[in-house]
Amino acid sequence: MANLPHPPADFLGLRTALSDRLLPLLVGAMAFLAALGIAGAEASASLAAHWQQDAAAALTIQVPDPQAQDAGNDATRLAAVLGALKTVPAAMNVAQLSPAAVNQLLSPWLGTDPADLGLPLPAVITAHWAGAGGVGALRAALQKLSPGTLVDTGALWTGRVAALTTSLQACAAAVLIIVALIGAAVVSVATHAGLAQRRETIVIVHELGAFDGDIASLIARRILRLTVTGALTGTALALPVLAWLARLAAPFAAPSLSTALLGLPAPLWAALPALPVLAAFIGWGTAQLTVRGWLRTLP
Amino acid sequence: MVLFEDVWLTYRHAAHPGANTPEVLRGISFEIPEGGMRWLTGPSGAGKTSLLKLIYLSEHPARGHIEVLGTPVAKIARNQASLLRRRIGVVYQDFRLLPQLNAYDNIALPMRLAHRSETNIHADVLEIMKWVGLSHRSQALPFELSGGEQQRIAIARAVVSRPKLLIADEPTGNLDDDQAQRVMLLLTALNKLGTTVIVATHNTTLMQRHPAPALRIESGRLVQDG
Repeated sequence: MANLPHPPADFLGLRTALSDRLLPLLVGAMAFLAALGIAGAEASASLAAHWQQDAAAALTIQVPDPQAQDAGNDATRLAAVLGALKTVPAAMNVAQLSPAAVNQLLSPWLGTDPADLGLPLPAVITAHWAGAGGVGALRAALQKLSPGTLVDTGALWTGRVAALTTSLQACAAAVLIIVALIGAAVVSVATHAGLAQRRETIVIVHELGAFDGDIASLIARRILRLTVTGALTGTALALPVLAWLARLAAPFAAPSLSTALLGLPAPLWAALPALPVLAAFIGWGTAQLTVRGWLRTLP
Repeated sequence: MVLFEDVWLTYRHAAHPGANTPEVLRGISFEIPEGGMRWLTGPSGAGKTSLLKLIYLSEHPARGHIEVLGTPVAKIARNQASLLRRRIGVVYQDFRLLPQLNAYDNIALPMRLAHRSETNIHADVLEIMKWVGLSHRSQALPFELSGGEQQRIAIARAVVSRPKLLIADEPTGNLDDDQAQRVMLLLTALNKLGTTVIVATHNTTLMQRHPAPALRIESGRLVQDG
């Protein structure tokens, strides 16, 4: 039976009813926007993590009245605090800011040389905190040694950056949801247009005994092919744009990204292939629902 | 086999959604036994095609009871309705061939929709094309066929699945006398093999040549049964 004729793959005439141009173009645009949205969310999360790490690790210690005697009258308050910090392994890169550096920090508020004002300025020590826990114990120890000493971390900035990151990620999620909804609407409109164009053929096939599920599957398969084509193209076209944006953001990003493929983080590489899969799911599901709903208008 | 009890039919009004047209069929009752044959006759617009549509489940009655092949159709599930349609062959007045399919694929369509194997389909299609005298036109698209050839392809499509019930709406309307006679011989042969046949026609000569009980409809009412 080698000479059996092949059954027509497109007996509903869907190739002409569901154009292979407009729908892939629109879905491609949606995928492009979605790729930018995912990249935005990933970039904000990555940058925020990088900044939060830096901010949380920065330690600033102010020692008021630094030349006065410490609590045990053994040394100056400043020397006592510096000495104590050197015995804490988690406090790294301990360094006292020079008077010139302190003046520079205060100059926006107190003028070019705040020392001329005769104000009692504290000594400022910076360090990098590599401890796993908080700085509560260190703060208490320094307070005991030199009452009035302030230990400040970047916790306030960490919280603010976290809030900013959350809002940016929420915006990205909203963009993705809107893109998905618009994508579903586009597929639904295209499917309705195809059904209108092939109404007579579909009615005949229905009256010859085709199951609703069989008709819906035929149309959904065509839609699936078009949406996947569009989504793959849109995602592929987004890659050079994302690489360019990653290059622009490189100075603010984690150093590890400089060696990543196209400068894009690994989670983004994992998320981008999901876009065509998601588009396929939306296209197939929307087409199935649209066709089955339309067929229910037939007896 | 086919049972109508006090069946009424209205259509939805195209210009006024929600409203219905006046009754197209009014209080139709008849019964056609299994293996029977009926002519369906009446003037144009009397409701013949509408009655046939009710039988092949293309319309729902406004009220009344219908059974087709022993199945009440009022609350039939959609998949059950599809399975029932596969047991009914329909020859449409306007052929209704799929324009993008050649003659072979048009005839094979009902069997492919029923997921029959291509081997079985091939043998049956070749046999039926020979039967309707169009073996040499298997690759022709509908627009390449004459009206009479399209009619014969439509008939072949309707009978290729060996339906239990065959409905033909003016099946000889586009055929010359010889072809019409040939088609009627095909239909009566099917009827003798056990298929219930209903043929709507205006052709009284044909009815005289092939005597069978007739259902006559005038203005939506059944005025003759037998």
